[in-house]
Amino acid sequence: MATLLKMPEVSANVTSAVIVTWHKAEGDAVAVGDCVAEIETDKAVIDFTADAAGTLGRILVPAGEQAQVGTPVAVLLAPGETRADADALMAGQPATAAPATVAAPVAPAAARPPAAAPTRIFASPLARRLAAQAGLALDTLTGSGPHGRIIRRDVEAVTARAGATAQPVIPAAAAPDAGDARIVVPPQATGDVRVPHSAMRRTIARRLLESKTQIPHFYLKAQIRTQALSELRRRINTLPGERHVSVNDLIVKAVAAALVEVPGMNVSWTDDAMIQHAQADIAVAMSTPTGLITPVVRGVQDKSLSRLSAEIRELASRARAGRLQPQEYQGGSFTVSNLGMYGTTEFAAIINPPQSAILAVGAIAPQVLPAPDGGMEVAPVISVVLSVDHRAIDGAVASAWLSALRKILEEPLAALV
Amino acid sequence: MSTDDFDVLVVGGGPGGYIAAIRAAQLGLRTALAERGELGGVCLNWGCIPTKALLRSADVLRLVRTAGHYGVQAQAPAADLPAMVARSRAIAGQLQRGVAYLMKKNGVQVLHAQARLTGGTGVALTSVAGKPTPGRLTARHIILATGARARVLPGLEPDAARTWYYREALAAPFLPRRLLVIGAGAIGVEFASFFHALGSQVHIVEMAARLLPAEDEEVSGCMAEALRQQGMQLHLGCRVTRTERTRAGWQVWLQGGSTAVDVDVILVAAGIVGNHQDLGLEHTAVQVAHDHVVVDDYCATHEPGIYAIGDLAGPPWLAHKASHEAVICVESIAGLNPEPLQAQKIPACTYSYPQVAHVGLTETQARTRGSAVRVGRFPFAANGKAIASGETQGFVKVVLDEASGELLGAHMMGAEVTEMIQGFTVAMGLEATETDLIQSVFPHPTQSEAMAEAVLAAYGRGLNR
Repeated sequence: MATLLKMPEVSANVTSAVIVTWHKAEGDAVAVGDCVAEIETDKAVIDFTADAAGTLGRILVPAGEQAQVGTPVAVLLAPGETRADADALMAGQPATAAPATVAAPVAPAAARPPAAAPTRIFASPLARRLAAQAGLALDTLTGSGPHGRIIRRDVEAVTARAGATAQPVIPAAAAPDAGDARIVVPPQATGDVRVPHSAMRRTIARRLLESKTQIPHFYLKAQIRTQALSELRRRINTLPGERHVSVNDLIVKAVAAALVEVPGMNVSWTDDAMIQHAQADIAVAMSTPTGLITPVVRGVQDKSLSRLSAEIRELASRARAGRLQPQEYQGGSFTVSNLGMYGTTEFAAIINPPQSAILAVGAIAPQVLPAPDGGMEVAPVISVVLSVDHRAIDGAVASAWLSALRKILEEPLAALV
Repeated sequence: MSTDDFDVLVVGGGPGGYIAAIRAAQLGLRTALAERGELGGVCLNWGCIPTKALLRSADVLRLVRTAGHYGVQAQAPAADLPAMVARSRAIAGQLQRGVAYLMKKNGVQVLHAQARLTGGTGVALTSVAGKPTPGRLTARHIILATGARARVLPGLEPDAARTWYYREALAAPFLPRRLLVIGAGAIGVEFASFFHALGSQVHIVEMAARLLPAEDEEVSGCMAEALRQQGMQLHLGCRVTRTERTRAGWQVWLQGGSTAVDVDVILVAAGIVGNHQDLGLEHTAVQVAHDHVVVDDYCATHEPGIYAIGDLAGPPWLAHKASHEAVICVESIAGLNPEPLQAQKIPACTYSYPQVAHVGLTETQARTRGSAVRVGRFPFAANGKAIASGETQGFVKVVLDEASGELLGAHMMGAEVTEMIQGFTVAMGLEATETDLIQSVFPHPTQSEAMAEAVLAAYGRGLNR
């Protein structure tokens, strides 16, 4: 019997989500676990996977359109069923069904700061369809109709500026600004290719733009000697048993220890209150083929190094496969971003809201440093730059934290006593 | 503080002018309206409304004639033309008093005078018979809404006995036995319908190759067929080559015809020209092209402070277009940022028998845009309410954009379609797609169900045919 695929509750407090793309077309076979569509909330983009096999009978909510959680977005036909059965099923379906059948896993209602209610976007039916056809998100458009309603000309103004054709082209040089549809794109040069944004790219662009424009960042820099750290890592990895603890694993663990030591750094800013986090939930920035993602390791302060290391490895492999669940990359109080493996010696990172700080870690490199005996010595050091939300954290607290981190990393054994 | 006598002076009291005056007064502007003739303009006195009164008389006559079909025994009815004209004139008079009341209610000062621009913000007023002369005044903004009049063909000057234009026809002193209508636009076809219903033999001559040339080709064709079946003689793609007065009326030679047509009256409905003369435009930078004042999207002319709306500002020559321009013009003056009028979304109605209405692009216009279209039709012969009413002539046709589902045009012919077209007009204004139209619930039983069925038919999903 045909079933309705309903908009899943992709995370707590999210009442609606947008179908970004349908990965299956009407008539396509669907296996259990297949990604049927990509859905996007104001927080995240996730895969919408099927929990039953069949044939996609009918798409009820076209790509680019929003649907309330629990409303049917597609009809899944059982083998042998025809489209007529889909129509029969829909006939008995009220427009706002209770979310009885939820096809994707439901996020646990974790205690998190309440999310802002999604704002309803007013757009004419024609504008919605034209925007979907042009691959434009409605929230990137400015409405010029009555009461700011998005109408046809608002979509066409953007597509016309983008030199819209059947295969519109935006020069690659314009990509960093792609989060802002109002930026005028220069005409296309010969050979340039336009690659439409993935939903993930759009989300990254929007969130980083929000962060960089709304959070007053300040930056603290430190050089940390790594001889002791490298020695510790060597010894851990030569202990009996299969273990491959990375420098980054050690840094994540040290960051958690420093957050316990200086809890003033383990906070989040909200408009009406400061959230003091009880745990050190640390996001680890990872590069994937589709873009940056920051899965969160929870309660790092209580986890053993080996467990932490295994968890990060496991998250990384699922991140590359695009199989992270939204709750795995939401929340957190602090991010570690490490570009050391690419040879970058030093960089500053953009804070990942709703967190208040991010540590940018460079490569270990030999540097000439003052020696304890008053002379000079060449020693391996790692450069870190801490980006901090000044609304939540002042310079003195951040400096104290950075100093605690340095102490832990330079004398890791001290952390055990 | 302005030293002008008025913030806004409206020249002309038709459906453009009086609406402009009301909107201006609503917005707190000191407003005057100069009218040399009758408040309400042509629309109310010599156009839209009185013709509808006459056509209603024709409908009643037709209905009583066919009463037997409905199981009602009635004696053969007789048309009383003087009584019909008297009713029509009384209705015009009633509405004219209504406009006067609205002017008073809104605090608009009505000046019964001919207004001429004298340059800048100045206006000279010439008294009209029986009214005091107001002299000169100044206004910060002057809205010209003087309308248009029938285009008079050379050799066919109006005369109540033999050569009628709309004005003579509306006060017809007798029923012509044989009538030749020049022009098969809305006005010509409406008068042809009226006089034919009363018993005149009617010829219609149209230069264009089809009846109602502004309508969709399919509507033109079906209407021509319907009028021919009623007994009218249509001469399409044809000109009058020669006319000669006879004792009885006119002898008319038609292009390609070997013999002359003898008629009692020629009724000319060959377009209109804007009333731009005698306005003092020579004292201003206002430009006139093709007998109409040139304006921008907000009805501003080339002379700052001078505006033109309605028929004076060009086609389509429709009262509702004038009224909309009036509001846009005044709100623009008041700095309210109104939305310009989109000509493509103005509906047009012809109150012939059967009626015709459309909004948006014809199928041909839609196809010449270059992108694919979908067309759907539904005949009233398959609509339950139409069958019950005994009004099965005509159809609904919709033209949609293939890629976006946008409603590009809607065309209807049949009973009461002039009351139905606004459904599609609203849909078009709100940028509805086929999905929205299909999802809208149409009440049963109504003729408007044919609108939904026409959209379904465009997608091969018709449910009742």
